[in-house]
Amino acid sequence: MKFPKPHDVRTIPGTEGWERMYPYQYQFVTDDPERMTYEAQSFWFYDGLHYPEPIYPFDTIWDEAWYLGLSQYNNRIFQVPPVRGVDHRIINGYVYISPVPVTDPEEVGSRVPNFMERAGYYYKNWNELEAKWELKMKGIIKQIEELPIPSLPDLEDISVVTEGIGESKGFHLIKAYDDLINLGIQCWQYHFEFLNLGYAAYVFFLDFVQKLFPSIPLQRVTQMIAGIDVIMYRSDDELKKLAKKAIELGVDLILTNCGEWQDAETALKAHPKGRTWLDALEEARYPWFHVSTGTGWSHSDKSWNDDLNIPLSGIATYINQLRQGMDIERPMEKVRAERDRITEEYRDLITSDEDRKTFDELLGTAKTVFPYVENHLFYVEHWFHTVFWRKMREVAAIMKEHGMFEDVEDVWYLRRDEIKQGLWDMVTAWATGVKPRGTAVWPKEIAWRKGVMKKFQEWSPPPAVGIPPEVIREPFTIVLWGVTNSSISDWSEVQDISDPDSITTLKGFAGSPGVVEGKARVCRSADDIRLLQEGEILVAPTTSPSWAPAFARIKGAITDVGGVMSHAAIVCREYGMPAVVGTGHATKIIRTGMMLRVDGATGVVTIDR
Amino acid sequence: MSTAVNMHDKRWGNKYGTVRSAGKVTPLVCWFEECRKDSVPLVGGKCSSLGELISAGVRVPPGFALTTEGYRRFMTDAGIDREIQSMVSGLDAGDMEALENTSGAIREMIEAHPFSAEIEDLVAERYRKLAVRSCLPAVPVAVRSSATAEDLPGASFAGQQDTYLWVRGADEVLHNMRRCISSLYTGRAIAYRINQGYADEQVAISVGVQKMANSFTAGVMFTLHPGNGDRSVIVIDSNYGFGESVVSGEVTPDNFVVNKITMDILERTISQKDIYYTVDQKTQVSRPIEVPFERQKVQSLMDDEITELAKMGKLIEKHYGRPMDIEWAVDKDLPFGGNIFILQARPETVWSQKQQPPGAAKGGASAMDYILASMLEGKRLN
Repeated sequence: MKFPKPHDVRTIPGTEGWERMYPYQYQFVTDDPERMTYEAQSFWFYDGLHYPEPIYPFDTIWDEAWYLGLSQYNNRIFQVPPVRGVDHRIINGYVYISPVPVTDPEEVGSRVPNFMERAGYYYKNWNELEAKWELKMKGIIKQIEELPIPSLPDLEDISVVTEGIGESKGFHLIKAYDDLINLGIQCWQYHFEFLNLGYAAYVFFLDFVQKLFPSIPLQRVTQMIAGIDVIMYRSDDELKKLAKKAIELGVDLILTNCGEWQDAETALKAHPKGRTWLDALEEARYPWFHVSTGTGWSHSDKSWNDDLNIPLSGIATYINQLRQGMDIERPMEKVRAERDRITEEYRDLITSDEDRKTFDELLGTAKTVFPYVENHLFYVEHWFHTVFWRKMREVAAIMKEHGMFEDVEDVWYLRRDEIKQGLWDMVTAWATGVKPRGTAVWPKEIAWRKGVMKKFQEWSPPPAVGIPPEVIREPFTIVLWGVTNSSISDWSEVQDISDPDSITTLKGFAGSPGVVEGKARVCRSADDIRLLQEGEILVAPTTSPSWAPAFARIKGAITDVGGVMSHAAIVCREYGMPAVVGTGHATKIIRTGMMLRVDGATGVVTIDR
Repeated sequence: MSTAVNMHDKRWGNKYGTVRSAGKVTPLVCWFEECRKDSVPLVGGKCSSLGELISAGVRVPPGFALTTEGYRRFMTDAGIDREIQSMVSGLDAGDMEALENTSGAIREMIEAHPFSAEIEDLVAERYRKLAVRSCLPAVPVAVRSSATAEDLPGASFAGQQDTYLWVRGADEVLHNMRRCISSLYTGRAIAYRINQGYADEQVAISVGVQKMANSFTAGVMFTLHPGNGDRSVIVIDSNYGFGESVVSGEVTPDNFVVNKITMDILERTISQKDIYYTVDQKTQVSRPIEVPFERQKVQSLMDDEITELAKMGKLIEKHYGRPMDIEWAVDKDLPFGGNIFILQARPETVWSQKQQPPGAAKGGASAMDYILASMLEGKRLN
């Protein structure tokens, strides 16, 4: 296993100066010997789970938010004894992360009592605290939904005078932007409140069972926690309900014949029962269509509500399956029965009473934390983010109106502090009645950054840089990114092969058991899902809840990034079809149409060339 | 299991060949499926354990037993039992020459003495039915001694009595049954009984007649991982031909690890298999021959056979309530679905005697303690 030194990775020609697009602390440095030594001796792996594409300057907000959130809970709130936070860097637009260990054994020891008291409190009072959390989340989502983004009038409303308000829309716009950013960061504080502890309970339950049964596949352990209802599935369930309703009302043909939502809507309005179905749709949309077609981490991840063609395609799939007499419900009862059988049989094989007691306790804890681990995704990444991106586009529209950039979507090429600066430039110029300076500065800078981003996208980031440690003590790193000794070495093996066309087998995590053969369909984004044919094998960078309808069509899934707890692995287990996750490079090596054999029990993908 | 026979089934029922005493009916011959683990006094250890496996729903090669009652009847019919007693009494366990001479005389007498017409008829009838059940005329059988003392604590009779393989035809069966009975009177066995203070009347023998599994593939199976003690897997070793090559370690067999709970094949290692044992049709003995080159690196057991075998292993373990060490064979005379047989099953002894599987955590820890301890330990990258 050899990885490049972080300081040796070359700048892509023509992107010189790219560092200014990101906060300065994200750079690997050569001008500070102490920092440089620390960077060179640490192990940094590419966070492709969250950033399958190079990160846009504005989108760095969520990276900074979780950089702070995870680290503060680890290190300052719960004091996880052997690890501090997770450090971050950016190379050529790609985010690299590194867990920071506590190296002094005495210090580790001194952190233990704090951890036992604080984390112990959370585990003991989990359900109560989680109920509180849900209220906080609903509160903050309400705040952001109700946050007005005012445009700048030529003349302020008379009420400013008659009611003695004494404030201008210029100030309100800047404040709204600050509020928006602050709500975002605050939401991410909540995001991490339980997550680290949740993953810890989860990963060490897996670990314990694997010690008892050295040959047990990881997915069998995760299966013991399957079948718990989580709201992650709710959006997909709403599509199924709408499909049934369409057949009931006799408007199903409209939905399956119209490829475009606009046509479908027009036809539905003309149909006597179309209105009833549209009402049902309206009801389902809030909040269940606030689900991103990506991970929800990027501004380019549109939600179903932003593009109704995506849920329309899902509804049409379900209507067709219902017409063929298929059962479209997830086989939850079967999943639960199998979960209980597997749990009981493994439990019966435990030889000592003490081990059985630990098993029961850890399983109980893992089941307690499971709903949070899944549900936080819907609240934060999907619902909150969907609203957040929409509000940011409202801000961008005002800036475009004032000539700060040519297109609303240009806003993402600026860091959030640059936008703040631009807004000040814009409102002071508006107040004064002159032309803002930014109209000459930003369009030029944005045009250059667009070129840089394009070059970033064409570059393949190494899966890791630096020196791998002997021991990883950061459970979240292991579970979430699927970073283990074997995955790292598998990635590096693939990386060493110069010709990707010569690769016939890929190794990943055994995400969901079973063996299947079929044609590959590489879907790099949610737009590609519409191309999926019945019975194909989905090959994707990673998947998210809004991809759910895709899983109704496929017979297996392969992802570049993710561990056994990733979305693709969970959904495949629920549907009972094989998945190999965390392959590192599947979307780069596999092309649509190739014949694949997916072995979800061993984590091996065979390509028939 | 399709071949497990209902003992009440008229076809296999024992309407002939029973002895009534004090209102109790004791058969002279009986099918394995009529035996249970508590049938040791009647049919000896080997036959009763085969019967027990059948009752558990496990497929074992079919067969029948001459019961200890049949053995006694044989011995008393012409009074040879008393003659033997008088020959044995007064023998000195240390006088090897006298022992061997007496043994030779007794064995010759037993082997020369015909069964009664009743027993001959009973055995011939069972053998004929066995041939019908096996769909093979003059079905090759193994004739096995099944001693009642085999499983007595501290009594190591095991292996003292003989087994004759690949026996065909009723006359040959009867002949070899007598050889099995006579093996009760080897010099060593007589001396052993004298030394241990067993009266000869306490000793009885049953003889099992079992269809030979004409194995295409055979091997062993553990209902736990022999390498790490993991009880959630079944591990199977297999090679072509009879199981001898696997048991003796003459070849590196194919190895399969099967998840006991879900029956997935977790690991498969296909080895190069140079030789296998099969029966020499001329001499009718088992001998090693070379595996044809093109088959040497081919998986010797099909996936569905692996699964079927693992299911049987799980069933046997459940029946006995402990990890088991099992010998099995896939019969080439029969189609899939009825061709996998268990030849022997005994409790696994290595891991079962250990207190804990290795690597299991300190038991009884609360979730919180375990989580903390694991965090401190971390995951080693190697």
